[in-house]
Amino acid sequence: MTEACRTDDGSPPPPVAQRAVVGRRLPKVDAWAKVTGETRYADDLVLPRMAYAKLLRAQHPHARIRRVDAAAARAVPGVYAVITGEDFPPVRFGILPVSQDEEPLCRDKVRHVGDPVAAVAAVDEETAERAARLIAVDYEPLEPLMSIERALAEGTERIHEYGDGHNVHKLVSLEFGDVAEGFREADLVREDAFFFEGNTHLPMEQHAAVAQWTADGKLTLWSSTQTPHYVHRALGKVLGLPLSRIRVIATPNGGGFGGKSDPFSHEMVVARLAQLTGRPVKTTLTREEVFYTHRGRHPVLMWVRSGVRRDGEILALHFRTWLDGGAYGSYGVASTFYTGALQTVTYRVARYKFEGCRVFTNKPPCGPKRGHGTPQPRFALEVHLDRIAEQLGLDPAAMRRRTVVPQHQKTVNHLTVTTCGLPECIDRVVEASGWTRKFRRLPYGRGIGFAASAYLSGAGLPIYRNDLPHSGVVVKIDRGGGVAVFCGSTDIGQGSDSVLAYVVAEVLGIQPEDVRVVTADTDLTPVDLGSYSSRVTLMTGNAAKDAAEKLRALLVDAAARKLEVGPAEISTREGRLFVRGDPARALAFDEAARLAEAAAGTLVAAGSYTPPRRAARYKGAGVGPTPAYSYSACAVEVRVDPETGEVRVERVWIAHDGGTAINPLLVEGQVEGSVYMALGEALMEESAFRPHGLHKIPSMLEYKSPTTLETPEITTFLVETRDPEGPFGAKEAGQGPLLPVIPAVANAVYDAVGVRIDEVPITPEKVLLALDRKAQGRVPRVGPERLPALAFPEPIRVPPPWVDPAGRAAAAVHGQGSVP
Amino acid sequence: MMRLPPFSYLAPRRLDDAVRLLADHGPEAMVVAGGTDLFPNMKRGQMEPRVLVALRGLPELAAIRGSAREGLAIGAGATLAAVAEHPEVVASYPALARAAGVVSTPQLRNMGTLGGNVCVDTRCNYYNQSYEWRRAIGFCLKKDGDICLVAPGSRRCWAVSSSDTAPVLWALGAEATLAGPRGERRVALPALYRDDGIAYLGKAPDEIVTELRLPPVDGWRATYWKLRRRGAFDFPVLGVAVAVRLEAGICREARIVLGAVASAPREAPDAARALVGERLTPEVIARAADAAARPAKPLDNTDLVYHYRKRMTRVYVGRALRELAGLPIDGLWPPGMRRGPGEGDLPSPAPARDRAG
Repeated sequence: MTEACRTDDGSPPPPVAQRAVVGRRLPKVDAWAKVTGETRYADDLVLPRMAYAKLLRAQHPHARIRRVDAAAARAVPGVYAVITGEDFPPVRFGILPVSQDEEPLCRDKVRHVGDPVAAVAAVDEETAERAARLIAVDYEPLEPLMSIERALAEGTERIHEYGDGHNVHKLVSLEFGDVAEGFREADLVREDAFFFEGNTHLPMEQHAAVAQWTADGKLTLWSSTQTPHYVHRALGKVLGLPLSRIRVIATPNGGGFGGKSDPFSHEMVVARLAQLTGRPVKTTLTREEVFYTHRGRHPVLMWVRSGVRRDGEILALHFRTWLDGGAYGSYGVASTFYTGALQTVTYRVARYKFEGCRVFTNKPPCGPKRGHGTPQPRFALEVHLDRIAEQLGLDPAAMRRRTVVPQHQKTVNHLTVTTCGLPECIDRVVEASGWTRKFRRLPYGRGIGFAASAYLSGAGLPIYRNDLPHSGVVVKIDRGGGVAVFCGSTDIGQGSDSVLAYVVAEVLGIQPEDVRVVTADTDLTPVDLGSYSSRVTLMTGNAAKDAAEKLRALLVDAAARKLEVGPAEISTREGRLFVRGDPARALAFDEAARLAEAAAGTLVAAGSYTPPRRAARYKGAGVGPTPAYSYSACAVEVRVDPETGEVRVERVWIAHDGGTAINPLLVEGQVEGSVYMALGEALMEESAFRPHGLHKIPSMLEYKSPTTLETPEITTFLVETRDPEGPFGAKEAGQGPLLPVIPAVANAVYDAVGVRIDEVPITPEKVLLALDRKAQGRVPRVGPERLPALAFPEPIRVPPPWVDPAGRAAAAVHGQGSVP
Repeated sequence: MMRLPPFSYLAPRRLDDAVRLLADHGPEAMVVAGGTDLFPNMKRGQMEPRVLVALRGLPELAAIRGSAREGLAIGAGATLAAVAEHPEVVASYPALARAAGVVSTPQLRNMGTLGGNVCVDTRCNYYNQSYEWRRAIGFCLKKDGDICLVAPGSRRCWAVSSSDTAPVLWALGAEATLAGPRGERRVALPALYRDDGIAYLGKAPDEIVTELRLPPVDGWRATYWKLRRRGAFDFPVLGVAVAVRLEAGICREARIVLGAVASAPREAPDAARALVGERLTPEVIARAADAAARPAKPLDNTDLVYHYRKRMTRVYVGRALRELAGLPIDGLWPPGMRRGPGEGDLPSPAPARDRAG
């Protein structure tokens, strides 16, 4: 295999000094606005004559709607309009074309507590809320199906009429190579079962939206969304309007983490209410409503069986997942595939089988949260490997390092790896953490754990099938030398606006302060698909680079003519264009711009980016491909109190290969934020429900998320491979670093006190229970003890790429139910 | 968003005006000091006062007077931050400084008052929910309903006493001064509480807690341990206040008071008796901790599962006593809890690692 190397061609990256902007620790372009409170979030918007909307939400998790009587609400003074499902065309929407199962307001049935049934627009929020309470809904309650087992049970009500079986939303079965053969050849075959409880994004900003119709019959929607382009399409569908009449503006998001990636009913509702009332209409969800709306982390039950050689080489891997999807499709089909896609891109896997199943239940629907569908199987796989290493008598970090995937090759399931800095990530963490002298050598109650992972730098395919660019950027230079960048991307706090400014400034030889960034406005900016799948830096960065380089060529040509040298002799830096080797012969940037405009006309250029088409040909091959994978390795040191079961994370060392860091400060921020979020999931966060369907703790106080006091010292290393796919070699940083932290915590707990908690979150009572079991001579473990009895269909058999490079299914496939 | 319902806000400048206004407005009025408990509860419709009588404008309520020798009188309007940082409290009543310093967050301690924490509403995860949530589940005894959802067969409300300072004040032998239309009176802390999630205070609704009076230190030493998930924000799911009077190493008197295990602070007299006449050895402490866990009967209505909270009572009483005895504490120090006077509200530095060498 190829050893870690810093760049795709083995040469060291150019020294940072060669670049004026990229690689420097600069403030975000929106930093001043954020810290002074100038940033206008959706809820800050106030328009003349604006009305306020309130949604009436179901209080039953599962019920048929017999009748909705809104007469009393309509009679309340100050109420402008009350709407129900009948006020919309009978059209369903959803983020994925295969799961169009949501209604702006439910007509016949509610499927989770919080499902919207009616809405009120009124003079103020208090009036809207009071009126909403007066809407009488006559429900016929149905049995709440609050678990996978209950939903799958025969004789229960079907939550939806579509899917791959009784309350089965999606069934997947894929086999790459003959796993049975691998198990026969293995020196060790091991099985484990795991459970990852659902949790939620908990952004600081609740979702909010404002809609306005203008006299020309056009609609504008401001919304705290990560995906204005998809909201645009869904609004057109639901309202029956041409997209040319709709403008969607994504306001700065006060955190998203995947929770603002779907089109939502409240966006449709304010649009319709604005149309009916002739007033701008705003709604801001309560924190409790955000818990219902969320699309958070799926609860996933998992089973893994692997066959390994004595040295840890994985000869066969068989993975099963059962996802508790909640009440709607959302991204669930993609989530299901993601629970099986990326197991193969960290370590060599010779043969691989994946069976996955997403089940509808009467919980708020789950979807993408930071890591989308991959943190759960990553937790399972990395704890499973920790046990395998122990059984084989191998150091788990060294075992992983020896089996890291080769660069520039395809995995068994036809995913293309470009650069991979994982070996160096492992080395950095092992060295800094003192791994070798600590692992299995710390006193009782103290432990260290290790794990590694990989993630996408953007989904290789769009959400709806098309051949269009994934990201477009327009750059304009005015006669004063001002540069404006227009892009549909959405800054959710991760710094995507800043990345646009950095990339354009780097190419044009100016400073980011000289660049104005206009983003996320479907009227003004070219399409970018949205802030999801860690795609933005790579994709908008490439598009911005493309556009800026076109303009740079015009400026350079004009300067070369003026300075009477060849274009190749012109350098651009610090707001000047000068003759290389003779910097006194120079033009100011604005002067060059005027010369270029005189020569070439208005200085505008468009750039676009489409990922390489690498998906294999089998059904389901669209989930997993990406231009480039990021890699992370993590060591966590914990203390475990054997009397209280409390787990305290004392130190985290994490190394992340995110390619070239466009701004190391922001990359480190993303890494640290990922660690923080992962620790919450590992130790305390869970979406808990009462048996009759209510969320148990829908508040910032009682949904336990860590504070700064729980956040340990984090040591971050950036391993900068230079990926040929990314702008200046950049990959992703926003999601991948979350992945290894959770299993590293679980492995550290085992190292500390010798018990396995195969269930996230690892709460004090679970640790005590496992310690009790250990003291009683029982298996010192807490985790799932049985799995659903569900027959997976015969797999689609796909030969590995070393047999068939095209990745075609081997034979006709049975049992793959179709989805409308 | 969640909106605060409309109400009248009365801002008297004198205590007797406050007492009169409260009496005049009867059941539709409540007092408000920092508002950190009341206002969120009003947003969720748990309380629906039409009139709030504000205590913030009464300077005499914010005073802290006295000394360790003569006893300390702390105005009920003193903020929790002021109590936690007051030199005499820190030096002579460190258990109270610690308890006041572990309430919620720095921001809320700057607003919230000692009187407010002493009178803080009892809590229950069926009750501390929005109006819509409570309506969905069918409302409970404590507000708008007629059954207890924690113990449906029960005639009473089992909401949990969630004050950090009350168990400490009780263990220290404090008294509360009450001002009402019938004049001023003092009650011992136990008389301020009733084990009933609804009528949890032993004072009349028209009486205002104006002052908490601590007796002279007189050889007493006390501490407070708080169990919660995080080092900030969280209400206690178990509070352990322990006070002992030692003479030449022998425990002469002891009081152990548990918070968040019932609708009122709950004293553990058997555990205290196990200490009297003894040196605080690990064995004596273990016996007392076993005895203290017996009266703790938490129900499944707060964070962390109830059998875990019950089990932790023994552990936390043991650790609190070991702290007083100067014995080493092997386990993890609770997050966000000060170790001693003046150490601040930050986790103490992690002990030296890498001893494996």
